[in-house]
Amino acid sequence: MALLDVSDLTVTFQTNDGPVNAVNGLSFDVSEKETLAIVGESGSGKSQTAFAIMGLLAKNGGATGRVEFEGTDLLSLNKRQLNKVRSNQIGMIFQDPMTSLNPYIRVSDQMAEVLQLHKGLSKKDAIAEAVQMLDAVRIPDAKSRISMFPHEFSGGMRQRIMIAMALLCRPRLLIADEPTTALDVTVQAQIMKLLGEIREEFNTAVILITHDLGIVADFCDRTLVLYGGQIMEDGPTGEVFADSTHPYTAGLLKAVPRLDRDTDSLQTIAGEPPDMSNLPAGCPFSPRCEIARDYCSTRPLVLEPLGEDRTRACHASPAEMKQEMKVG
Amino acid sequence: MADPILSIRDVSVTFDVRPQGAWPWTPSLKLHAVSKLSVDLMPGETLGLVGESGSGKSTLARAVIGTIPHSGGRITYEGRDLSEMTAQETRRHRRDVQMVFQDPLAALNPRMTVGDIIAEPLITHEPDTPRKQVKARVAELMEKVGLLPNLINRYPHEFSGGQCQRIGIARALIVKPKLLICDEPVSALDVSVQAQVVNLLKDLQAEMGLSMIFIAHDLSVVKHISDRIMVMYLGCPMEVGLAKGVTAEPRHPYTQALISSVPIPDPVLEAARERPVLEGDLPSPLNPPSGCVFRTRCPKAQPSCAQARPDMDNVAPDRFVACPFQEVEKVLADA
Repeated sequence: MALLDVSDLTVTFQTNDGPVNAVNGLSFDVSEKETLAIVGESGSGKSQTAFAIMGLLAKNGGATGRVEFEGTDLLSLNKRQLNKVRSNQIGMIFQDPMTSLNPYIRVSDQMAEVLQLHKGLSKKDAIAEAVQMLDAVRIPDAKSRISMFPHEFSGGMRQRIMIAMALLCRPRLLIADEPTTALDVTVQAQIMKLLGEIREEFNTAVILITHDLGIVADFCDRTLVLYGGQIMEDGPTGEVFADSTHPYTAGLLKAVPRLDRDTDSLQTIAGEPPDMSNLPAGCPFSPRCEIARDYCSTRPLVLEPLGEDRTRACHASPAEMKQEMKVG
Repeated sequence: MADPILSIRDVSVTFDVRPQGAWPWTPSLKLHAVSKLSVDLMPGETLGLVGESGSGKSTLARAVIGTIPHSGGRITYEGRDLSEMTAQETRRHRRDVQMVFQDPLAALNPRMTVGDIIAEPLITHEPDTPRKQVKARVAELMEKVGLLPNLINRYPHEFSGGQCQRIGIARALIVKPKLLICDEPVSALDVSVQAQVVNLLKDLQAEMGLSMIFIAHDLSVVKHISDRIMVMYLGCPMEVGLAKGVTAEPRHPYTQALISSVPIPDPVLEAARERPVLEGDLPSPLNPPSGCVFRTRCPKAQPSCAQARPDMDNVAPDRFVACPFQEVEKVLADA
């Protein structure tokens, strides 16, 4: 059975210009100990999906559909019930470690608060356990550094603190929203290595939200490609990368400059990321797609299975797409 | 061989930092942002600067455009020392050297229209240009960078990140500069838009014969756009060489570590690749390590590294490396 089962998730924001859908009928699941990558550009709805799962949407946002975590629908829970699930079952790591930690409160107090609240530990025990967790995320000299304030740590160290905090209650699922975007490559490599070790050590499933295809290739079992709040392609990472069957995935892979290849000119995807308040009725990618047919922007997109464990949403068949885009 | 358009010789940039809770008579601490760095830039060439944050890339760029004074060494632009320029020469230098900034939206004045933003450098440097001609130049530049000229009266917030960066590029190019400094121009952009802007910069450079200094922390982008690459660490140059050579056969341990940190979007290659991870953080530039600044994190460090800063040795054609223990190491598997 899947650990997390999301079906037909739609996130809508009430704005001054009327309702805007950030996520449109998204369905996917995460099995135990699996690592799923959600990939997409800005505006693809990848972060809003995570916020909807965690019940952290902004005030003007609402989610419909079902988000089942071990059989309970998270969307139907009230705040108190949801608080139990959060951190006990699902932990989250945010993108910017400076703005997600309270600058006025010592790291020890911030971390202890989680354990006092969720596990009812005394402050002393809570701090002792927090120190252990900081050791686990390889913060040197954790015992004395835990009483420091967030600004006294470097960016990489702060992200380690965030990871430690998310792990305090030993969640079964960890959602990491662009955990290394704000960091240098060398520090990014450190953090990704750490996440890999943590994943083994604590047996957690991970949803990694990112736009960096390199990290996905290195780290994730399965890849879900989002565009305009809809799934474009989903499958095992190796297959999606080696044999992408969607023009958007193929385009993205060709647009990334690679260190191990010499190319004179990068292939680009024309146009700009989508305007979510003004999406075409059909495929959201059709205005930028190089093989779009006339009916692509009007005919609704259907997610079709491909082989055993892949799905794709494109009006052109894989063979047509490969021939016209000259890939594969 | 032609004369370099820009020549940097032993340049240092230091900032005074007041320690916390200092008395008025306590001396300021010296922060060495760039220390004793030398590099030349040929006309029409692109030099890529890479390094972690805090390695002094942006400070060096700002010293070159003259907004930050350098405390030692010489920066010569077209044969004239920056600090000895007459007022007239300074104006010419400021016009010839233009900059494109990292955050495309923050670099544009939100209360000016796009047309005014792009025209401003031209009006500043050539105040006598007739209005009509200014407008024609703005339209020409907008077309060149791929913006529709009918957007001329819009405000920056009406544009996406990629379009804002195009506006920034148009503004830099309107005075026909000879040297363009791009400070992380694509780091804030999405992958698909990043490729558009990188291609645009490459095309414009070929078309206008620009020299370029391209700063980025993303090695794959830098490699793609640069002729030569300089790898910096804590204000010091580590390795300089042709872009392809430095990325394919890095010689300095830091370059090797940087390259092995970059994930490659290919699951098969990634699985086959061994990636030693560089431990620790950048040391404080207020108190840099003695001798080689990289020795505290270097896998090859020896006791002798603490004694003197290694010279940039010409170890191979077109390759300078500041490490006595340098050797070629293929970090990337063959594609």
